[in-house]
Parts: sequence; C-alpha cells; structure tokens
Amino acid sequence: MTPFDEMTGLTPDGVRGLYTEVKRWLDTTPPETMAARRAQAELFFRRIGITFAVYGDADAAERLIPFDMIPRIISKPEWSQLEKGLKQRVETLNAFLSDIYGPQECLKAGVIPSDLVLGNAQFRLEMMGHPAPHNIWVHIAGVDIVRTGERDFYVLEDNARTPSGVSYMLENREVMMRLAPDLFARHHVAPVETYTDSLLATLQSCAPTGAGADPTVVLLTPGRYNSAFYEHSFLADKLGIELVEGSDLLVRDNRVFMRTTDGPQRVDVIYRRLDDEFLDPLVFRPDSMLGVSGLMSAYQAGNVTIANAVGTGIADDKAVYSYMPDLVRFYSGEEPILNNVPTWRCREPEALSYVLDHLPELVVKEVGGSGGYGMLIGPTSSSAEIETFRAKLKNAPAEFIAQPTLALSTCPTFVDRGVAPRHVDLRPFVLTGADEVRITPGGLSRVALKEGSLVVNSSQGGGTKDTWVLDD
Amino acid sequence: MRIRIHHTTQYAYDFPIRSAVQLLRMTPRSNDGQHVAHWRVETDVDGRLKQDEDALGNITHTLFIDGPVERLRLIVTGEVDTLDTGGMLRGAVERFAPDVFLRETELTALSPDMRAYAADVTSDRSEPLEQLHSLLEALHRDITFSTASTDSQTSARKAFETRSGVCQDLAHMFVGMSRRLNLPARYVSGHLVRKDGVLEQEAAHAWAEAFVEGLGWVGFDATNGACPTESYVRVATGLDYLGAAPVRGSRFGGGREQMDVYLNVASEPDWQTQ
Repeated sequence: MTPFDEMTGLTPDGVRGLYTEVKRWLDTTPPETMAARRAQAELFFRRIGITFAVYGDADAAERLIPFDMIPRIISKPEWSQLEKGLKQRVETLNAFLSDIYGPQECLKAGVIPSDLVLGNAQFRLEMMGHPAPHNIWVHIAGVDIVRTGERDFYVLEDNARTPSGVSYMLENREVMMRLAPDLFARHHVAPVETYTDSLLATLQSCAPTGAGADPTVVLLTPGRYNSAFYEHSFLADKLGIELVEGSDLLVRDNRVFMRTTDGPQRVDVIYRRLDDEFLDPLVFRPDSMLGVSGLMSAYQAGNVTIANAVGTGIADDKAVYSYMPDLVRFYSGEEPILNNVPTWRCREPEALSYVLDHLPELVVKEVGGSGGYGMLIGPTSSSAEIETFRAKLKNAPAEFIAQPTLALSTCPTFVDRGVAPRHVDLRPFVLTGADEVRITPGGLSRVALKEGSLVVNSSQGGGTKDTWVLDD
Repeated sequence: MRIRIHHTTQYAYDFPIRSAVQLLRMTPRSNDGQHVAHWRVETDVDGRLKQDEDALGNITHTLFIDGPVERLRLIVTGEVDTLDTGGMLRGAVERFAPDVFLRETELTALSPDMRAYAADVTSDRSEPLEQLHSLLEALHRDITFSTASTDSQTSARKAFETRSGVCQDLAHMFVGMSRRLNLPARYVSGHLVRKDGVLEQEAAHAWAEAFVEGLGWVGFDATNGACPTESYVRVATGLDYLGAAPVRGSRFGGGREQMDVYLNVASEPDWQTQ
C-alpha cells in the first residue's frame, strides 16, 4: 500500500494545495542551486556546533543530525485539531500522575490494572503523597505524532520524562529562513521562536508558593558527555538561565542553592535534563555523581520545583500508553481527540500468542525503552533477527508491547538521486504551566533517510526538517 | 521485653569536611509488637536534623552539616518494649499495597542459579507460608555467615556465588527468592538482642518480611533461621538495603573516611545487673 504523502496525498502526480509553492520551488530551482544551499545548510549547522552523540557508535562520538531542506507543512485546520488533541492528552497525563501518586482512583475504578502501575520501576514510591507544585508533573511533553492519511493522526509516544529535540525545531527554522527566504516569504508561517519565552514563563509559573515574584530557574544537565548537551547549553542561553551540573548545586536545610562567585544563591525551579535515577544519590542510585544530595528532601519540604517532576516515567511507559484512551475518558469525560495506535500488551497471554504468531508484520517495543533502541520492526527484519527477538519476548513477555506496522506518511526529501518520499513523524512540544497550556505551532519533524525505513530516531540515523504551521 | 539500644556511629576524616548531608533511617516506629518508649537521634557537631517520613513510612532525619568538621558522631539511644507476635507484623504503617514489593531491584535480582535454587528448595511445598519456611531453613543451612566476602554494596547474586555473606546478604537473597515465588517481600533493618548474652555488636541486624495472604506481613530472619521474636526491634523497611539503610550520606571534602560503630543492645535484666 502506498503511504499518504504530505505533498502529493495519495495520487503520486497530485499536489495538495498547501504544497503548491514547495512543488513549484522544487520544480524550478536548478539542481546546482539546491546543492549549493544544502552544502550551505551543513556549514551553518557545523558553525553553530549543533551535534548529537550516538550511544554505541565509537566512530561517531559526535555528529551532525542531517537536515533536510524541504519543509514539512501543516495547515491551520490540521494544527487546530492537533492542538486540541495534544492539550487533552497532556492534561490527562497530569491528571493521571496526580491520581496515582495520590488517591489512586483509576486503580480503584479498574481503569488500569494496579500491578501494571505498582510493580513498575518508573512508579516512584518517593512521590506518593507528595503532589507536584500546582499539580503539574509534565511541564514539558514531546508527544510523537504520526500520520497515516488525510485526517488520520496517531500518538505514538507521549515522552513525559525529559524529551529533547526542541533545539532542532528552533535551529531548523533559523537556517531555513536564511537558505530559502524566497520560499519562506510566500507562506504565512507561524513563528516558533516564541518557544523559549513560553518555556521560561511555564517554569516560573510553577515555582513553589514561597518563591517570590521573580523565581530563579536553572537548567540541570548531566554534563558535556550527554548526547543532548548541546541542547542544554542552547536552551539555558536562550532562556537566560544558569546551566548547572549537580556539583554546582547544594542543599542546605532543605533549600536548594547554586554556588556562585557571590556566594550561594537560592534556586526555586530546576529544569532538569537528568533522569530520575541520578537526581539524588541519597534516595536513588547511590553511585550517581551527577545529582544533588538532599534534593528530594528539599522537594518534599515544598521548597523547590523539579521539572518535569520525578516519577513521570510511569505515564509514558508503553504498556500504560495503551490505556491512554480510557484514561482520557476517565479524567475528562470526553472522547479522545487523538488516536492511540492499537497495542497488544504481551503481558496478557492471548495477546502474547497473537504477537508470537505475527512477528513478521508487527512492531515490537520494550515497555520502558526509548530512542528507538531495543525494538523489532517485523517487516524489515531478517528471519534471524525475528527469531532472536522471539526468544527475548518469550523470556520476559511483560517487558514488551506490539503494534501494527503503520504506513507513516512520507514527505519529499533530498536523497542521493534527487528528491524522493521518506517517512516522517512529528514531535510538537507541549508546555504546561500553573497558568496555561502553551503549544508552539510546529515541532520537530523527523525523517527516516533510508528508503522504506520507518525509524526516524536520530540515534538510528534519522534526519530532521523544518515544520511549518501555516497561519492562514 | 524491654530492650535498650545505644548506637554510636563515628566518622573521622583525613582533613575537615566542608559540608555534609545525610539521610538517616535510625528511628523505629511503634507497632503491635513493639512500643517505642523513648528514642533520641543526636549529633555532636553543629548541624541541623530535620525529621520527616519516607515513602514507606519510615521515620527519617536529614542531617545538614556546614564544616569545617573533622569528626562527626551520630548518637542514637532508646528503649523499646517488645512482645512476641509469632513473627507476624501487625499495626505497622503501610503506605502501599503488597504488590509494590514484588519489584525486583538491582540488589535483590536473582541469577539463573538462584532461581533454580529457590524452585528446588520449595518444590515439595505448595502453601506460601510453608514455601517461605523452606526457603528460610535452606538459606540458613546453605549460606555461611561471613563478614569477609561482602560489603554494603554487594548484590544478592554476588553473595550467592560464594554461598556466604552477612545478614544483609541473606536478607537480600530471601527477599529476591520470595518475590520469585510471587510473594511480596521486603528488607528490614533493625536490632537484635543476642541469645548468647553478648551486648556489644559490630553492626546492626537485617532480615526480611514476606506477605502471606490471610496473615499479612511475616518476618523471616535467614541469618538465624527463625522468625523474629520479642528480641527484635524493627527500625526501617525498604525494597532492599538502599531503601532501609540507617545512613546514606554525601560530603564535600574530607579525603578518606574512617567509620567506627559502637552498638550495644541489651534487654532489661542484663542492663540492670551490669
């Protein structure tokens, strides 16, 4: 089956209205000009220094994520619908987290099996009875959306821990405006550069009640060896906040301070890009050199906001994901606006036997995995790979879920021989503050550069595109 | 039985530390089997102790110290009245459903060898309580008590390889294997009046609790091959040692650290005749 193409729709020779100008641009720009601009794009990114470390690849400790110059365009009506759906989705994530770390109504009502939550390592016992300030747990969500048809959008993952990629959304736009100002000028593209102001406003709005009018926010990074370190320093710079490592912070009498040349300065909000496990060696992994001793005591005393809150990983667990439509109904009383991908939970014997019988056609993922690691894509795997995975699956069924292989939409993309359709997804960033939900129009469009590949993760060789949400 | 505990932990550093934070779980709570008559946690340096409660309901103190400090003592003293409850825990603070305690942790995870062992020693038993008792007897019989082979970071897997360890290791093995039998289990730290009349001990004690439908939480002390009696004082509980550790701390500066423990656990007639 031919997948839906963002430019041509389902008819290879057609052009969807919103891509008219892009099509003309592609048809009329001489190939040499395009090649020159693509070379220029690479130069821009090298100069900016935007790199990405890939785990498990010794040869390429740091490399550029390929940027594709053909924009991915979303119409205003499409975006309004997505926006509503995202808001509903993230409000559900927050309601779910307030609930399971509080009264646990969803477990009592049987909306989701309690062992799935209670037995999950991502359900952090330390958060029980310690609601996040203003009941906001997921301040920043990077929800992965895929499209399979004109009107068919699915949420693939909710990414409620420390989602990354927003620096690419911002950089891609800057580079695109410089490379193709003519094309840009022919569209009313909604701005994305408001994101950093929105993020700061979101974080400040969630400061503890005692923080005063101008709360101090810092960005806590695991350090320069982290794959997303570039983004951490980029964001701290754009937000005008300090970029700190664990050793720059200290906790004294349940209050968090940052070491400065003028002495300790009180910290109210920590935008952390460090996993739960490493945050406080007195409570989590004792061998963590990246965290802050006593941070959880300060949090529990209500003296600091941690964004995203500790324990949000339970909400984007892939088995919990499969219950999201029910959770939306349970907390909001509304029907879900965005679809969930149908999911087989391998912890259930019937589902497991179906999955084992249909491995070559399914996508199988680890429930706690992310970044495209540890997954099987049946249709593109060899029978040896499938058999290896079958053994893993049988050994620990509860660790896996399976989904049908979706025909992700494609978008025209520069390849070695001209322009060809490649599969894309979309990661919009949803900011939830104590005051309002802010969604920057756009997001990160990731593209699988290999022909036929459905894996868009940058850790697996994916590239990115600028995403244009049209304002008219 | 009235049990009196005197527990001093002393840290000495090569040179003065600049600051330290410690999370202490050294204060017992009362339950049907133990009444805490009085209890004090103190330090001999200029520091602030903030009392709180952790996720599982253990009483915690966070200790903040601003240096320079070359030596630091934690002094714990208290008296507890205990009753024999046949190993059963009643009237304790429970914050979570037992299912939470089926979670495997790094310290309690089993090797294939241990899974086979757990299955083997319980194979002729079907009732959970009987299985737990078989496990208790087997570990008591097969694991040699030794302070030489393990430390506080040793996992159950590592300790089981050498078939030896201290009470912490035996508790981890018991907890991990019990979970493998699908019986919720947890780690308990506490104190024990020794039967042989020796009052001064080198370290605090540890054992396990498992949840048996119809009975509730039951204690199992694999080190002594028995269920807790009135000689036991239960201080804290966790998924493993890390969740119940008496002290977890970190410090800035100080160089190497030398830790010394003085622990005296006595029951009333003993300390009256001293």
